[in-house]
Amino acid sequence: MSISTRARIPSQPGARRLAALRRNAIGYLFLLPALLAFATFSWYPIVRGFIISFQKYDLVKGAEWVGWSNFEFVLNDPLVPVAWRNTLQFTLLGLLVGYLLPVILAILVNEMKRGKSYFRLAYYLPVILPPMVSVLLWKWFYDMDTGLFNAILQAIGLPAQRWLFDRNLVMLCLVVLSTWANAGGTMLLYLAALQGVPSHLYEAAEIDGAGLWRRLWHITLPQIRGVMLILLVLQIIGTMQLFTEPFVMTDGGPANATLSVVMLLYRYGFRFYNFGAAAALGLILFFVLVAFSILYLWLTRRISQSQ
Amino acid sequence: MARSLSVNLARLRGRPSGPAQFDANERTLVSPLELRAPGKRLMYWLVFGALVLLTVTTLFPVYWMYSGALKDTSELIRMPPTLTPTEPRWGNYLKAWDNLNYTRYFANTLILAFGALAIQLVVSTSAAFSLSKLKPAGSKVVLFLFLSTLMVPSMAYLIPAYLTVVSLPILNIPLIDTWWGVWLPGAASAFNIFVLKSFFDEIPQDLIDAAHIDGAGAARILAQIMIPLSRPVLAVVSIFTLIGAWKDFFWPFLVLSQVELQPIMVALWRLSARMQEPLNLIIAGLAIASTPPIILFLIFQKQIIRGITLTGLKG
Repeated sequence: MSISTRARIPSQPGARRLAALRRNAIGYLFLLPALLAFATFSWYPIVRGFIISFQKYDLVKGAEWVGWSNFEFVLNDPLVPVAWRNTLQFTLLGLLVGYLLPVILAILVNEMKRGKSYFRLAYYLPVILPPMVSVLLWKWFYDMDTGLFNAILQAIGLPAQRWLFDRNLVMLCLVVLSTWANAGGTMLLYLAALQGVPSHLYEAAEIDGAGLWRRLWHITLPQIRGVMLILLVLQIIGTMQLFTEPFVMTDGGPANATLSVVMLLYRYGFRFYNFGAAAALGLILFFVLVAFSILYLWLTRRISQSQ
Repeated sequence: MARSLSVNLARLRGRPSGPAQFDANERTLVSPLELRAPGKRLMYWLVFGALVLLTVTTLFPVYWMYSGALKDTSELIRMPPTLTPTEPRWGNYLKAWDNLNYTRYFANTLILAFGALAIQLVVSTSAAFSLSKLKPAGSKVVLFLFLSTLMVPSMAYLIPAYLTVVSLPILNIPLIDTWWGVWLPGAASAFNIFVLKSFFDEIPQDLIDAAHIDGAGAARILAQIMIPLSRPVLAVVSIFTLIGAWKDFFWPFLVLSQVELQPIMVALWRLSARMQEPLNLIIAGLAIASTPPIILFLIFQKQIIRGITLTGLKG
């Protein structure tokens, strides 16, 4: 018996190590499908994006190192500044038209004693539609001859517009569509945030004699400020990747007035098969958007700490 | 963010959760007392009326789509347009279904959506289970690497992602024009893993330990404890995955160049760009393509709205 005890003592750490090994192995077995999927379709492509940016990539002949020439090509393309200007214009117009609208809607809907669920459903309806449907639908609304908007303008005696064919109007057309298609989803998030504002804050402010506007400014808005900041950054990141709307509605026209960065990237890659230049432009976009993403991470962390 | 998420998760599971719940009597910005003053009361009804009027801007375009599909071409392009179809042609929907070859595209979309659902559920659930309960050495790093992909905008690595599908690394298998080319990249969903893991984290470790002592292996714990307890969150993830796959355009458009494989959104883009079909049939096609997500939404409204408030990102 003493022998067996002595024999077991040194083997115990080994057994424990074996059990730990087994536990880790089982853990990684369950992780394996996800690890494979991420490695193949996320991590590897992200790393490869850096590599291809410095290559001339041909689907048949394969890759060849070309140094910085893809970046030189991109920076010398006169369409690149045009695409960035359009994209930034879309982003800024989108913020101007669509950023505060869901906040205001949510605050007002939240005050309603009846019909709340009707408002939620009605404002959310465009978000349920597939983006392709919304874009094609609005393309028809903007149609100069058969569209709804010119019909309305004519009905109230105003001159018909050229909408998507008007250089000065076309970007606004895209922004209005995009706001229409997305505002309801954002509004739901604000509604949820508003419902988390504790009642006692309002009651205390009231006892202190704070009127409606002061309560709005000093309680409601500070309480949803976190969500507002996060959604600001998300909207910027989302709108900077503008593609489907101009791709389907205008194909970048008229005269490149709606050519976006991602559209140009798409053209480099899939019209001219210049994958190197497309990857280089993607990398530039990556750095610009990662700056915003880091801002987003930093904001979420700060906000979760302050709560 | 993590904390507010856990509160929301409790709500998702149907636990009472205090002020965050939708409650008609709950105190908001304007007090009930204030509302009794006649001036404020008038203001309230003005705002109410304005909000109702504003819903016209979201409802009317959708009405215009469904009713426009019922008109014949000459009525559709008439100026000024008719508010309701003079003679509703319900047959337009059937005609559009046939002419646009919707049986094929609907089937393709369903294959893409349910395939994506099956693969994503298996991959995300087992990964989230491992990260939440098995916690092998280094799992924190793995979780970080998963989540960091959420920070990388997908358009920025579009080209290398596409080239990966053109020829899978090491195996050299081309996935272009196969369902796998859409299904497999979708399996790498950090979003689903994050949502599921957050939910799994709330299931007490004691339950797992007890089952373990009783001799249950990891697979059995997942199948008989975790999954039955997580039905609500699995439902939300499933609905989002299905609706997301239904709406998806860009990736299937790049990967599926063969017409016979294309889902409905890609087909709609191609058919409308070709401009050979009459306008009313295209509009009917748009209306038909919108109907499944609308129906899904109406059925699962509660879960979806809870899910959106929970995750904040999708919808």
